[in-house]
Amino acid sequence: MLTKRIIPCLDVMDGRVVKGINFADLRDAGDPVELARRYDRDGGDELVFLDITASAERRRTVVDLAARVADGLFIPFTVGGGIGSADLAGEILRAGADKVAVNSAAVRDPGLISEIAGRYGSQATVLSIDARRSGDHWEVVIDGGRTAVGRDAIEWAKDAVSRGAGEILLNSIDRDGTKLGFDLALTAAVAEAVAVPVIASGGASSAQDYVDLFQRTQADAGLAASIFHYSELSVGGVKEVLAAAGVPVRPRERAFA
Amino acid sequence: MIAIVDYGVGNLASVRKAFAAVGARAELVSDPARLRDATAVVLPGVGNFGHCSREFHRFGFAPELRGARERGVPILGICVGMQLLFEGSDEDRGEPGLGFYRGSVVRLTGVPRVPQIGWNAVRKIGDHPWLRDVADGDHFYFVHSYAAETAEDVVLGTVDYGGERLAIVGGDGLLGVQFHPEKSGANGLRLLRAFATADAAVVTSGHR
Repeated sequence: MLTKRIIPCLDVMDGRVVKGINFADLRDAGDPVELARRYDRDGGDELVFLDITASAERRRTVVDLAARVADGLFIPFTVGGGIGSADLAGEILRAGADKVAVNSAAVRDPGLISEIAGRYGSQATVLSIDARRSGDHWEVVIDGGRTAVGRDAIEWAKDAVSRGAGEILLNSIDRDGTKLGFDLALTAAVAEAVAVPVIASGGASSAQDYVDLFQRTQADAGLAASIFHYSELSVGGVKEVLAAAGVPVRPRERAFA
Repeated sequence: MIAIVDYGVGNLASVRKAFAAVGARAELVSDPARLRDATAVVLPGVGNFGHCSREFHRFGFAPELRGARERGVPILGICVGMQLLFEGSDEDRGEPGLGFYRGSVVRLTGVPRVPQIGWNAVRKIGDHPWLRDVADGDHFYFVHSYAAETAEDVVLGTVDYGGERLAIVGGDGLLGVQFHPEKSGANGLRLLRAFATADAAVVTSGHR
């Protein structure tokens, strides 16, 4: 049976993981490669790297990041954050990333989705949506949640899939950072509206949040950042709880030796 | 030298790096004639079957891959590269595969999500030297909207996604996997290592 995926997310700036991380067993917790391997060992099914570099150097640093991660990580990983052209997407994919996630740039120019999917395939094209409750629906926001664009999140997800998006990374701005659990209503609505996999993001703080996500919505994966970084929760621990609740998860692999 | 067939399709850097991680030297090869020097051949592929088949044939790889097969050079097909071992695909009826195996590639149906993306358990129903380190029930990473079907007795592994789908096909000197071993963690690396060791065995016999 296809298993539900647990996806740690790492914010990267100038090639370094940001947000305080305190794994005792890491020599350099700011090194994306070392942290990626740690999550791999702990049972992470995929990783997402969100590049938040603001400098003019970001094009070079994000491609370099993908190449360095691919040298030592043999599970799938996605790179997102400020990807505004199919050319840059191609550079990141050729460097070894499996998928790129587009967000604000795709809202401004939806043709970007079809361009990336047309060149590199839908399997490499992830649409990241930041959504916020507005009355009786959810609206799309961009630029890190600051700007509402007057689009319905579910309609945008459907539109993006018709343009070639192969996966939806759905982030609830209302839940992001609240530790109130995933936004189940939003996730369920999007997961029912599209036939491609949906990755829920925002609000997870416990293993039970993941159980709720997978038992009460059709989400395929759950993403989280800070709770894993601060070791409040381990990926392996979440998976044990999920397995006990009857949710299919990938068991721990025999180590490569 | 393990040759990774480079016809402009797919995440080939990952395949090369995964072989490096198991101590094997693999090179991207875009000149079909160079397959004559290869001690093993990896045929990757991702995305649309028709696009893959067109590019594969346009680069002129088909005769050289047949030659490698006739010489007994170990061949590993990955994802659409595995589908190319069959006669054709419903994804593009006008484009032929290599026809090493009879059968075709059909769209996944009866499931809420297409493509299948993620880790799924492989039921091992046959054995092969390069599967020596793969255990029944090991999980591998899949990304596909189509799956091969064959009446031939060459299916070595299946995956449950809306029914039993072909996951591994193979025989003497040839193996095809629907999943991505280069992205399947330790389980995938073990498979690639076994394949890379087969490469060494061929070199030995070639020098006798």
